[in-house]
Amino acid sequence: MIGTTTPAMPTAPGVPAIVSSRFGVADGHTLEGYRSSGSYEGYSALRAVLEMSPSAASEIVKDASLLGRGGAGFPAGIKWGFCPADVWPRYIVVNGDESEPGTYKDRVLMERDPHQLIEGCLIAAYAIGAAQVFLYVRGEMAHAQERIAAALNEAYAAGLVGRNILGTDFSVDIVLHWGAGAYIVGEETALIESLEGNRGMPRLKPPFFPAAKGVYLAPTIVNNVETLSNLPWLFSHSVEEYRSVGTDSSPGTRLIALSGHVENPGIFEVAQGTTTFRELFESELYGNGIRAGHELKMFIPGGASAPWFFPEQVDLPLEGRVVGGAGSMLGSGAVVVMDETTDAVRACLRLVRFFARESCGKCTPCREGTTWEEKILQRILDGHGRPSDLELLLDVADNISPGPYPVASDPANDLDAVPYPPRQTTICPLGPSSVAPITSAIRRFRHEFEDKIVQRDLIPVEGVSVDV
Amino acid sequence: MARLTPENVELAHRIIARYPRPKSATIPLCHLAQEQDGWLTDEAMVHVAELVGCTPAEVLGTASFYEMFKRHETGRYCLNVCTNISCQLLGGEELLEHAEQVLGVRPGGTTSDGMFTLEDVECIAACTEAPAVQVNYRYFHRLGPDDLDQLITDLRSGALDDVVPHHGTLGRVHQDLDGDRIANITPPEAQTEPVWIRRHRELAESNDGGAS
Amino acid sequence: MSEPPRRIEITEPVTITVDGREVTAQNGEWLIDACERNDAYIPRFCYHPRMEPVGMCRMCLVEVDTGRGPALQPSCMLPVTPGMSVDTTNDKVAKAQDGVLEFLLSNHPLDCPVCDKGGECPLQDQTMAYGPGESRFVEEKRHYEKPIPISETVFLDRERCILCDRCTRFASDVAGDPLIHFIDRGSQTEIATFPDEPFASYFSGNTVQICPVGALTAKPYRFRARPWDLEEVESTCTSCSVGCRVTIQSSRNQLVRYQGVDSDPVNWSWLCDKGRFGHEASNSEDRLREPMRRSEDGALRVAQWSDALGAAAAAIRSVDPSRVAVLGGARLTNESQYAWTKLAKSVIGTDHVDAQLGDGLPAEVVLGLPGASIDDVCAKGGTVLYLGPDPKEELPVLYLRLRHAAVSDSVRIVECSPMRSGLSPYAAASLQYAPGELPALVAALCSGDVPDGGVAGVDADTVRSAAALLDGIDDLSVVVGRANLAETAGVVVDAIDAVRSARPGARYLSALRRGNVRGALEAGMSPGLLPGRTTIATGSATWTEAWGAVPTAAGLDGLGILDAAAEGRLDVLILLGADPLTDAADRSLARRAIAGAGTVISLDSLPSASTLQSDIVLPVAAFGECDGTTTNLEGRVTVLHQKVTPPGTARTDWMIAAELALRLGGDLGVESSQVELWDELVKHSAPHDGLSSAALAAQEDPDGLLLPLDATIELAATTPTNVPPRSADSLRLVVNRTLYDSGSAISHCASSAALVPEASVRLSPADAAAMGLETGTFVTVASSHGSVSVPAVVDPGVPGGAAVVRHNLESVDAGVLVDAADPVCDVRVELR
Repeated sequence: MIGTTTPAMPTAPGVPAIVSSRFGVADGHTLEGYRSSGSYEGYSALRAVLEMSPSAASEIVKDASLLGRGGAGFPAGIKWGFCPADVWPRYIVVNGDESEPGTYKDRVLMERDPHQLIEGCLIAAYAIGAAQVFLYVRGEMAHAQERIAAALNEAYAAGLVGRNILGTDFSVDIVLHWGAGAYIVGEETALIESLEGNRGMPRLKPPFFPAAKGVYLAPTIVNNVETLSNLPWLFSHSVEEYRSVGTDSSPGTRLIALSGHVENPGIFEVAQGTTTFRELFESELYGNGIRAGHELKMFIPGGASAPWFFPEQVDLPLEGRVVGGAGSMLGSGAVVVMDETTDAVRACLRLVRFFARESCGKCTPCREGTTWEEKILQRILDGHGRPSDLELLLDVADNISPGPYPVASDPANDLDAVPYPPRQTTICPLGPSSVAPITSAIRRFRHEFEDKIVQRDLIPVEGVSVDV
Repeated sequence: MARLTPENVELAHRIIARYPRPKSATIPLCHLAQEQDGWLTDEAMVHVAELVGCTPAEVLGTASFYEMFKRHETGRYCLNVCTNISCQLLGGEELLEHAEQVLGVRPGGTTSDGMFTLEDVECIAACTEAPAVQVNYRYFHRLGPDDLDQLITDLRSGALDDVVPHHGTLGRVHQDLDGDRIANITPPEAQTEPVWIRRHRELAESNDGGAS
Repeated sequence: MSEPPRRIEITEPVTITVDGREVTAQNGEWLIDACERNDAYIPRFCYHPRMEPVGMCRMCLVEVDTGRGPALQPSCMLPVTPGMSVDTTNDKVAKAQDGVLEFLLSNHPLDCPVCDKGGECPLQDQTMAYGPGESRFVEEKRHYEKPIPISETVFLDRERCILCDRCTRFASDVAGDPLIHFIDRGSQTEIATFPDEPFASYFSGNTVQICPVGALTAKPYRFRARPWDLEEVESTCTSCSVGCRVTIQSSRNQLVRYQGVDSDPVNWSWLCDKGRFGHEASNSEDRLREPMRRSEDGALRVAQWSDALGAAAAAIRSVDPSRVAVLGGARLTNESQYAWTKLAKSVIGTDHVDAQLGDGLPAEVVLGLPGASIDDVCAKGGTVLYLGPDPKEELPVLYLRLRHAAVSDSVRIVECSPMRSGLSPYAAASLQYAPGELPALVAALCSGDVPDGGVAGVDADTVRSAAALLDGIDDLSVVVGRANLAETAGVVVDAIDAVRSARPGARYLSALRRGNVRGALEAGMSPGLLPGRTTIATGSATWTEAWGAVPTAAGLDGLGILDAAAEGRLDVLILLGADPLTDAADRSLARRAIAGAGTVISLDSLPSASTLQSDIVLPVAAFGECDGTTTNLEGRVTVLHQKVTPPGTARTDWMIAAELALRLGGDLGVESSQVELWDELVKHSAPHDGLSSAALAAQEDPDGLLLPLDATIELAATTPTNVPPRSADSLRLVVNRTLYDSGSAISHCASSAALVPEASVRLSPADAAAMGLETGTFVTVASSHGSVSVPAVVDPGVPGGAAVVRHNLESVDAGVLVDAADPVCDVRVELR
């Protein structure tokens, strides 16, 4: 029971282990282990990159169509290109503040293969022309911090980081930075605020697009840990080999954390775009089926912020646009499976409570709205719900995210999907994300809410009597 | 209940030197203070403010935003039980209730012997290993009630002293960023176009010039 | 809300569509301002036109289409772009606004009946206009302890707070005092100070003014009035010479509140707390209400006006005019200053007239240098040589402007000061010079010629890098003033001379503190001077024609008057709101002067040490009690308005002058109002051309009219001041001012009086270490003139060799150390 390990998971036939090849290697986190194990030789990609021009390196990332793995799925090469020309310095901030409920992949990458991430940082820094890289690790991940600190110390000592890397004129410092517990800091502008020593409250984009005005208002590229961890493999192989995995619009692999009611929860590196949720749930390689004796009720395809999917959606592939069109998002590679024992109201409350607790408090609708949503749901669960509460809940939600909210189709009731993303009255998507479980649950399981709403004339509400 | 010790002040200056602007070191220095005292005291915040060049109110504003900073004394062990969705599905809430009964405190409370502070926490990125618990930010995976009892017993007996340091300690391995390997950490206004970028730009420009 | 969009000049017009109408806006301006300018007001809470927007409250969401389809966007952070189409009222917008208001009200206590803001509350008003009729929130609201003091003057009610970030943004971004901050997170977020570290900002009252709810209230106004009972007029604060535009509000003939008005060239709507809460002094129980005369038994007794004026006239009439002097007047209105100048120089026939007590700059320097406005000094990308006093202490809103210029507008400030000031953190270079050695430092800065051993106690490298900032800057802005009252004005004049010869294109802003000192000099309240920037030499013809007679030779200046009085050469000393006994830099000289003068006649609104020693005391109307005009440090003339009647039988200063003139057989030519005095000045004064009372009254904006910046008075050649070297066993004294001192305006202002700091002597760490002192050690500071006992404070902002004592603190009288006859003052600091 005690431990910090997750066993190595094999990839499917024909799918290379691009980022997870050292997960099962005992010393994969050391410099020696990084060089001698895994699906490529550690730091050989860096040597190759230093022979290219920075713009050629950027082109490769663009050609590979390496999609960001943090949640939004934006192509990294294009993001890099957003830095205004001739504005210096530029910074790279590595987003290792993994905290989206259901998500568990960056921590493994940082704990098991820190050099892979460091090499990825170096390649990006070379291509972009970064003055400094900040590796922002979630505060609660003490072990990841230790592994990265040790790896950086080794890499500095070996001349791989710092001044005149590998004897060239390429010099960059990578600084390990760590947070202190706030989900919202995973949002890139909040991450930047936090890195500047402030409260992690998001900035409005525009004008604060990090690529133009990021850390210290200098151009800043914020990349996810997994995104950068793809670079060493990419540069020690080729664009063609990379693009041979997955689909044209979603090439390569993704790390998926499959949790909840499956027989074999775990972290799996799967081909993007081609793998379906059904394969993920049922394959012996992956989930090995829904818990014995149970059946799928619903699942979250991309972390707590994603609207729910239902059995009708299991044959969709793990492809960003397809999932978006179906009313949800792939997000951060967090698939949470819920079987028929799950109480939809309780699950919904737990997710909404998360957003209420993690709201930074900057925008009125999110600060006040998420806590109000939580209170209404708690009231319903406690048996103090009123018949009007569901409409109230939906309207409060509408004031955070106006208009039709993304939701999966419901063929039985002849309801179409509303495609992703939601609209928002807030700066960042946290508030609107709180609406995902509400609309998903009420649309599909309205009766479960209604069953909990007790019809009474007078409902005591913490000292207040309210006529119903 | 104190300002940073001389050794920690020295470490603080080394941490500050890693950033283009001192204020960026606020969170790491608050961690340093919490590692020293077990919690973040007012005196420490005043000291951090002096070190990074801002007001104590600004340090408080930053520190209070983040859950890991405790502004009151906590137990030797912070027992954080995850109850978010993946853990909830596999008994996280029941595990928390069990912990409440065993320890005799509600979430946020500290046992009278000062050993444990119990917390009901959000997702700690161990979703495939649910239900998961952290003790002073060290992970314990797939815990049932009996496992939790054993964990508490082991913590009390000191059997886990090597695995779990006292509250406040995060990484016991630190980045060592001193010496002549440092490339160039200066304020942004002192930065110019990196040399390798300039070299390639000039190369490209001279090639263009030669072609035309 | 009461903050209109900043007035701008449209230089890059673009066409946008607002609610179906095509309108013109400035490219890049915030959409919220563009809409308001075009009659489409968008509700808001967090947006303030003088602060960077944060987009927090979400009240200003409107539907905007920039070609990619309509979407709700916060108009406070959206720059106008050509062709943008905006809908500020459609159903989606209305629903969003209604939703935001419902959210804001969900935890708001709705205690409007007992809230000071009720009736002028943006939350209340916007709820009426845009909000839901009733709340659907049935849960328990958040509860906090009801108002908690966050400073001596400001209370915070966290239940009412809507977390708009206005006060906190003001504190950190505008005032540079980030002592209040958001703490905690999400719905638990609140505004707080650090424990035991109050929001002690000179600008705290601004947060009360800009709070869009009743969360922040100020002690002087709490529960004093309801907004609908208030009457108000616009005026200009005269507590210092910055001239901040204000609204003065009264209830039942009592001044209850001043609010900042946005004057674009001056105060941007901000006020300092000393000015803002100054009405407490006006309302003081101690106000002088009736004339008083010293009776046979030596006591001051209430007298009839006719008795008092008769006695004053008799005293003046019975002596030679050369034995009469008028001291002070820098806080009077322009009209009263003109009346008193005319009375003294024409009717009485004395030129011993000085509005300054030897603590300012010579009139011909102030009027003879090419001027710079505040906007000139703060112009984007400019360079400023700052030789004035600590602006945060003396001219607080000028400090705000300078700070903004340095922080946001890339203005490089090179500051030379006797110790680090409030401005120092924002200066590109801040040099602390040895008292008396400013001219050498300035010469080195301007020439770049720096001896290797440094200059004026500043090391060579520091001077050289500062000189590099000034190198080649011909259009330098120079702020000049008296940073050290223990040092003669001649030192500053010599420094100015050094700049003038090295940078002929430089322009100057005189940072003199007293409210209308500039107006006094423009009115000729200085020896050898006549109104309209003329001297006896250049203005006699004009003013003889206007007045009938003018002095033929220059009289005594402030220090000369005090000297003459001390030596028994003055029979009548008239104090116009001046209090030499607590305000003069050389305290013993002031004591001897008051004792040695024959009859002392004092015009004042509050009792002071000097009025209590006077023979005749005439109560005068204070700020808010009289009409007129005032001139700020730039030379900007603005209109002052009366809001309440003066207490008792107090009269305006000009009325008293007119009455005395009649009793002395003269006539000031004023029959019914001060306007006649102003128009007479304007008629004869070339610089005042175009500033007639009619022109001022026709002004639509609050900015007033600026006197010409180019000087019309000739700057006389000066003799350099000879500063002796400092002996090794002494320190050189610096006496500087603090915002809250023991002057009568503060002493009678309850909320400010509590903020007067304890006296101390500040020493450099090196000197303190050499003497074995630490902060708190009691020491004796002794000059050849006198000594005081004070606790020492070790301050790294003080350069070696200097000892800094605050001017005019009741607990310790630094004035006893100073001898006005000496160019500098050396002291010994010894353990007591």
